[in-house]
Amino acid sequence: MKKICISVGVLLSLFRAGYGQSTTQPAYEKRKLKVEEINLVSSYYQQDGNNSAVTGGIGTEKLTDFAQSFDLVLKTTDQRNRQHTIAFDFNIDHYTSASSDNIDPLTVSSASRSDTHIYPSLSWSVHNDNNRTTKGLAFSYSTEYDYKSYGFNLNFAKASADNNREVSLKAGAFFDTWKAILPPELRPDGYGSGAHGDRDPIDYKPRNSYNLSVSLSQVINKRMQLLFTVEPSFQQGLLSTPFHRIYFQDGGETVEKLPGTRLKLPVSFRLHYFMGDRVVVRTFYRYYIDDWGMQAHTANLEVPVKLTSFISVSPFYRFSHQTAVRYFAPYEQHKQTEKYYTSDYDISGFNSQFVGIGFRTAPPGGLFGIGHWQSVELRFGHYTRTTGMVANSVTLLAKIK
Amino acid sequence: MNKNPFLKTLGLTVCISLLSLTGCTTVKEYQKSRINDAEMELSARKSEKFEQNFYLYREGAAGANGGKSGGGCGCN
Repeated sequence: MKKICISVGVLLSLFRAGYGQSTTQPAYEKRKLKVEEINLVSSYYQQDGNNSAVTGGIGTEKLTDFAQSFDLVLKTTDQRNRQHTIAFDFNIDHYTSASSDNIDPLTVSSASRSDTHIYPSLSWSVHNDNNRTTKGLAFSYSTEYDYKSYGFNLNFAKASADNNREVSLKAGAFFDTWKAILPPELRPDGYGSGAHGDRDPIDYKPRNSYNLSVSLSQVINKRMQLLFTVEPSFQQGLLSTPFHRIYFQDGGETVEKLPGTRLKLPVSFRLHYFMGDRVVVRTFYRYYIDDWGMQAHTANLEVPVKLTSFISVSPFYRFSHQTAVRYFAPYEQHKQTEKYYTSDYDISGFNSQFVGIGFRTAPPGGLFGIGHWQSVELRFGHYTRTTGMVANSVTLLAKIK
Repeated sequence: MNKNPFLKTLGLTVCISLLSLTGCTTVKEYQKSRINDAEMELSARKSEKFEQNFYLYREGAAGANGGKSGGGCGCN
């Protein structure tokens, strides 16, 4: 009883002190921009198959990709007590691709057999606790040998009074430019190879993408929450790849030709459930349809198991089924009379499976005694496609807080 | 009856969304220890970032998964 009295007394004196402070000093205390989080992600990906679109649906698809990502999140609070978040994300991929090497097999003159893809982005958002809204914008850039892209995004979210529901809207536009590298045997006279030092002209073609995302998240009960997302997108411009070859039934050869517009409609559903004290069930399903005739179903299940309070293991499985676009046919199956044609197996009909496991550790005092190094995560995955393509990936994530 | 598959898909999504809201209970902030767990976050993991990129390039279906939705050709 004595302890309770002392506790109540201390609490009252704190309230009193707090009240007194609020009348003599402004509630706002200027806060500096501070580092909230840094994520470092490294990934190695390797694939092989025998249906490369560069060689008309036959030939090696061997590719290796080494990717690095660095993202930095900064936060501050303004005079109206709104929380500002600035995020900078820098990504770099270096890949070697046997199929790209076959664009021009005699000389290394085009996208060649290796390239570096750099794609930074910068975003800013402001969250207002009073009206439970978040507004933000982002800019992104992407560059590789034959491709450049500028992206702009706006987003808005509003949460319910009890913070159990949130509706969010995102709108984005990407303005891309292709350097139209053609296979050497199909280049018109005087058309450049695209190689450094080649002064012959080469075409540049636009590809623009616009997307709108509407999401609804809802807390169902103390252990379950879900998220619905609808994200229609529209693309226009050069949607075919200029160095993908097509071989016709009669032996003729040309490059891939696809419609100049594409409307996509993916709808997804994510449900997460905390089972008991140690197991989380993460489920995801997406239905996809587009106006090129493709429909797809994708399901993902991941079950993180907390072995201790700071070590977890997460086995995962993903299954996807897609139908072919109506313009697809394998090597030497297209007819010259067709309006559009592709032998790209990425948009053919197939089933794919991705299975793997992740390990995560987040010790209370930080990793290796470094207090700010909050966690490390390692993921392995094996991907198979019914077209015969196989891939493996390994990812390492380090989080600093 | 409208046979447009895009409108049917959108209509079905709206119906499922509205139905899902009817079975919810109000959860107070102090009851959200499980909901606020890092593993319960309603988005893809940071470590899935590059996996989502290769899905985008190696499969025809894309979007609505919190991953990259445009920019970059993915043509290799």
